[in-house]
Amino acid sequence: MSFMPPDFAPASSEIFMLIMVCVVMLADLTVGQNRRYVTYLLTQATLLGCAVLTFSSFSNEVVLTFSGMFVDDTLADTLKLMTYGTVSAVLIYSHTYITDRGMLRGEFFSLILFATLGMMVMISASHFLTLYLGLEILSLSLYALVALRRDSVISTEAAMKFFVLGALASGFLLYGMSMIYGATGSLQVTEVAKAIQNGVNAKEVLVVGLVFIVAGISFKLSAAPFHMWAPDVYQGAPTAVTLFIGSAPKFAAFGFVMRLLIEGLEPMASDWQGMLVILAVMSMAIGNIAAIAQSNIKRMLAYSTISHMGFLLLGFISADANGYSSALFYIIAYVLMTLGTFAMIMLLCRNGFEAENISDFKGLSKRNAWYAFITLLLMFSLAGIPPMIGFYAKLAVLQAVVNAGFVWLAVVAVLFSLIGAFYYLRIIKFMYFDEPETNEPILPNNDVKILLSANGLAILILGIFPQALMGISLYAIQNSM
Amino acid sequence: MSFDFPLLSLIIWLPILFGVAVFATGHDRNAQLARYIALAGSILGFMVALPLYTQFNVASTAMQFVENYVWFERFNVNYHIGVDGISMPLILLNCLITPLVVIAGWEVIKERVSQYMGAFLVMSGIVNGVFSSLDAMLFYVFWEASLIPMFLIIGIWGGPNRVYAAIKFFLYTLLGSLLMLVAFIYLYKTSGGSFSIQDYHQLAIPLTPQILIFIAFLLAFAVKVPMWPVHTWLPDAHVEAPTGGSVVLAAILLKLGGYGFLRFSLPIAPDASHYLADMMIVLSLIAVVYIGLIALMQADMKKLIAYSSVAHMGFVTLGFFLFDAYGVEGAMVQMISHGFISGAMFLCVGVLYDRMHSRQIADYGGVVNKMPIFAAFFMLFAMANAGLPGTSGFVGEFMVIMSTMKISFWYAFFAALTLILGAAYTLWMYKRVIFGQVANSAVEELQDISKREFVLLAILAILVLWFGVYPFPLTEVMHATVDQLLVHVNSSKL
Repeated sequence: MSFMPPDFAPASSEIFMLIMVCVVMLADLTVGQNRRYVTYLLTQATLLGCAVLTFSSFSNEVVLTFSGMFVDDTLADTLKLMTYGTVSAVLIYSHTYITDRGMLRGEFFSLILFATLGMMVMISASHFLTLYLGLEILSLSLYALVALRRDSVISTEAAMKFFVLGALASGFLLYGMSMIYGATGSLQVTEVAKAIQNGVNAKEVLVVGLVFIVAGISFKLSAAPFHMWAPDVYQGAPTAVTLFIGSAPKFAAFGFVMRLLIEGLEPMASDWQGMLVILAVMSMAIGNIAAIAQSNIKRMLAYSTISHMGFLLLGFISADANGYSSALFYIIAYVLMTLGTFAMIMLLCRNGFEAENISDFKGLSKRNAWYAFITLLLMFSLAGIPPMIGFYAKLAVLQAVVNAGFVWLAVVAVLFSLIGAFYYLRIIKFMYFDEPETNEPILPNNDVKILLSANGLAILILGIFPQALMGISLYAIQNSM
Repeated sequence: MSFDFPLLSLIIWLPILFGVAVFATGHDRNAQLARYIALAGSILGFMVALPLYTQFNVASTAMQFVENYVWFERFNVNYHIGVDGISMPLILLNCLITPLVVIAGWEVIKERVSQYMGAFLVMSGIVNGVFSSLDAMLFYVFWEASLIPMFLIIGIWGGPNRVYAAIKFFLYTLLGSLLMLVAFIYLYKTSGGSFSIQDYHQLAIPLTPQILIFIAFLLAFAVKVPMWPVHTWLPDAHVEAPTGGSVVLAAILLKLGGYGFLRFSLPIAPDASHYLADMMIVLSLIAVVYIGLIALMQADMKKLIAYSSVAHMGFVTLGFFLFDAYGVEGAMVQMISHGFISGAMFLCVGVLYDRMHSRQIADYGGVVNKMPIFAAFFMLFAMANAGLPGTSGFVGEFMVIMSTMKISFWYAFFAALTLILGAAYTLWMYKRVIFGQVANSAVEELQDISKREFVLLAILAILVLWFGVYPFPLTEVMHATVDQLLVHVNSSKL
């Protein structure tokens, strides 16, 4: 019996990433604190290298490897490229922040890279176990990142909460997967789908498994009623880490839902549609209403995330390519907005001062009209006001919902987004209608200046010309199904 | 100028580009530069809009100056614009009001001048976009985008309670428009994937969905008009907004609602419109009579004019739901004329406010002794607001009342009450502010209007009188379109 090595090529970017994480860790040992920028540059170079590798393997074909545990398709490549870009932006945005707070250590970079590896594995998984592996690589890195400031009580508390609830969710997922395995005899996503399509004897087992899986997914997406960890973690984590948690992993979460629910369990769509409707409505309700009461901006944005995840789930409800591509478009728009918003918060932080409260935005338009304008774009976009990209994201999802025949759901969704508009408007009110409490100038580095301006303008320009992103979303979904 | 020239696009984007240029002047150090760029932009905006009138084919019922490009294919949304006899006069009105607003804020606005002027220019372009969109999604984008500058104008340069007013204005309007969005998406689905408004006009829809669509549109447009009982944001917004904001709000933004009825509600849901016409007429009459009574009791001049706007706009919605050429044309004339008169009234109050920093009627008295020229202008506009024959205020109201008479005596009776109520609240206010003895030392020191203010008021005065005596240029352009609209609305879609 001869040993046939698997085809490594489709996983080249993951392999490269793994090697480079080790290199970054080792390299970091040799550089001193004052030359830590080497680590930073090496991390950026790693992401660039991954992007090149992923981009060069970009094709319309669906390639399976490692005995069908790993898949390389258009969806995976698209999501990975977006993930690299997002992580890279996160690093640029947070560089000053972590330097000022003494977090500029090797761990920060290697943990972020490990988390990115986890996301990549999740995105490319075509087997429930691979999915689970990727998820755990990501989650464990995130737990550690949240607790990066060892001496901060609130951070450690947040990390603890995150860990306990996250572990519980993982347990849910594993339990659900085991039931699916019991009913279908396989954990490979296409095999599972095939088995369900051919009919299984134990439908009840399958449905119970599905319930656990959906619960696990909602934990990871922070959809209500499994959202409890999000506000605490968003608030407790250092803002740079919150930025990271709030952005790139959403792509992975999207991939996760696509692989599990769509590719694996789409034959059970009629079963999970109803669950998603409840989750979506609850998330929009709890997220939007609770956000109004927050005075801490990070907490408010956590609730805003919850409500956006509810909107995202609406895209999946229609259970067709139109809906999934709308959801993908939504998540891209959402990540763009989150990146900009948290970058703005970090911009307001000064050495020794944490911008935590919404009132820290007071009078921003007088302190710096340009960044106030960027925040204005971000807030209107989050509220879904045209011509910002956030509106088109909502439009795409609502269109999918109405198309699937849920007009009432669309009405509920817009009513909750009306409630949501209030707390975004409140930030604009603080920026434009109030007097500043401090006149300290806002002086970002050049890279942040350029990136943040580009990020803000992208919200507007991609809103005026939304076709490109919509096209990419549709292309990625259609070629992978 | 040939029809191939993208005239409408120019009318939409020129003010927006100038607005961006004004923003770019930045700090108040460059305030004077910002003012001049804004003035140039707004006047140029008006000039480029003139061919719309001169080149307009009054006999045609089709859309004119049409431009149609693909905007984004994913949802089959097109950059499809064009005007007909309904939208063209409104675009001209908007282009005319913008330079007036810029001049009105010339010396008054001293802080963040570039942002103020830029916001008005951008809004002017956006509103032109609303009036000329023939694609529902394009319409919606412009419609909502127009909220942003107005929100900032009220919130930044407004009065003491501006934050409340700005947020109320925004959320109220958003509520209506979000349901309209759902209606659009529903129509997109039923029409088999089209956002073209003209396709929607031809779409056969059963009565129940028609009624639901009508209600969704009604919420959007009734809030904007505003109709009783969703008018409560208007007095707040008007009172807190700076003079320019009030002028644009009354003269232009309220017209968006009226325009929406003609472009969407009536032709897309004609059966529902007929079905619910009585309700609409009653709501309009409540606005005319009840809000007229409320206006009578106001102690704040701006609030009084705001309520009088609601009452006058009640005439507009009344005229629409009579399904009669006189009614609709009268309503259209009323919209344009109300644009002039309410704009002028707010400017007059602005003139007083800039000097006295009070809008309370009780703080004034005997102003005529110190400001005779101003008093003359104010008299003219007050009379026009009361619907005096010979002013443009009379034409629209008279046409609508005549048309109402065909339907029912009692409807016409209540509608005609406006002539009494309007005269009562406007002239009573006028008497208390202008006539009598000089009330206090502050009034004693008043200066009559400057050249700048004179020009503003004179332009509007000429228009008010001209259209009062000779409204034909206005009715001529809308005639064919309105006739065609009525034929369409009076044939069932079921």
